[in-house]
Amino acid sequence: MAQRTTEILVGLFMIAGIAALLVLALQVSGLSPKSAESTYTIYANFNDTGGLTPRGRVSMAGVTVGTIESITLNKETFQARVRMSISSDVDNIPADSSAVIRTSGLLGEQYIDISIGAEVESLKEGDTFYSTQSAMNLERLISNFASGRAGN
Amino acid sequence: MIERIAAFGRLGLDTVSSFGRSGRFLAGVLGGVPRPATGFPLLMKQLYAVGVLSLPIIVVSGLFIGMVLALQGYTILSDYGSEAAIGQMIALTLVRELGPVVTALLFAGRAGSALTAEIGLMKATEQLSSMEMMGVDPLRRVVAPRLWAGFIAMPVLAAIFSVIGIWGGMLVGVDWLGVFEGSFWGNMQSSVDFVDDVLNGMVKSVVFGFVCTWIAVYQGYDCVPTSAGISSATTKTVVYSSLAVLGLDFVLTAVMFGDF
Repeated sequence: MAQRTTEILVGLFMIAGIAALLVLALQVSGLSPKSAESTYTIYANFNDTGGLTPRGRVSMAGVTVGTIESITLNKETFQARVRMSISSDVDNIPADSSAVIRTSGLLGEQYIDISIGAEVESLKEGDTFYSTQSAMNLERLISNFASGRAGN
Repeated sequence: MIERIAAFGRLGLDTVSSFGRSGRFLAGVLGGVPRPATGFPLLMKQLYAVGVLSLPIIVVSGLFIGMVLALQGYTILSDYGSEAAIGQMIALTLVRELGPVVTALLFAGRAGSALTAEIGLMKATEQLSSMEMMGVDPLRRVVAPRLWAGFIAMPVLAAIFSVIGIWGGMLVGVDWLGVFEGSFWGNMQSSVDFVDDVLNGMVKSVVFGFVCTWIAVYQGYDCVPTSAGISSATTKTVVYSSLAVLGLDFVLTAVMFGDF
């Protein structure tokens, strides 16, 4: 085969590969150019994080506003300390808002929902939520229910 | 009895020395600085043979694997009423695992065996030794372009495989089984991470491409120069490459995705 034809076919092959990688980046993983936007960090302490995992989402009114960075155990209070990064666009979360762990769907993944407070002051870098609500544990709910009935 | 033990020991020594030779062989191939003027056309020719000609099998198998994943996933997920998660299932399976692994297995069968047979036949017909007599280094002239071509072609093929597979999954999931298209892509985009999933999959395919072509060219270069020798070297290429790919895949998966 002529050298030139080979070169053109190989060039098309490489272009197809780069296009495939672009599709994987933009269409499949939803990588958008502004993903390197600036964020700030806030914390929340939970008694029970259930199945919350790092990289999970943090949402307000159903809109994703940040991600969960890490979940660690506070050795003094034996509570879980969740570190999350919130998009800098959302800089007016009222200081008395509470962080609630919810499940998307019946069996879906768990995420943090921020339910809005009424305070004028807002949470800043490094602040911690005053009030939190732990994950709803279906098993505990059922066992409470069962033992309550046994007591009657 | 003593002879058996001696044979066993010889087998071990042979294996170890074969590893040593393959390492020295690799150093010889990569050590020579390639000259762009002569090296580039050679690389082009090999990229065409190894990459472009492997495209049909990659595209067809990617399409069918994506379609099968969608069908199987739909059966299981619809039991839980979460058919919409089919997009993320197909994408994660393909990008993380099946894309790199199946491409590497097909690559070993389609391109690796051809590389071994070609180099083995060159050795058997003494083309390699005549090159040496003419002062041309066969490692640099024959082996290096093939190694680099495999190294470059493999990630490209794996990316194409994944994209075609996802497209095939969409054909079955959205157009045939009736999953809502918005939630198909939306679930996929929210669960697939570019660095953690796509780039790690690419790293896997680069490693597999390197290992497969290394095994293929080494087996060809090191074969016994007879027709039986070439045939056993070709068999060894496919068997060793497949085993290496599956074993390495386990190790790489444990390292990359193990902390979840």
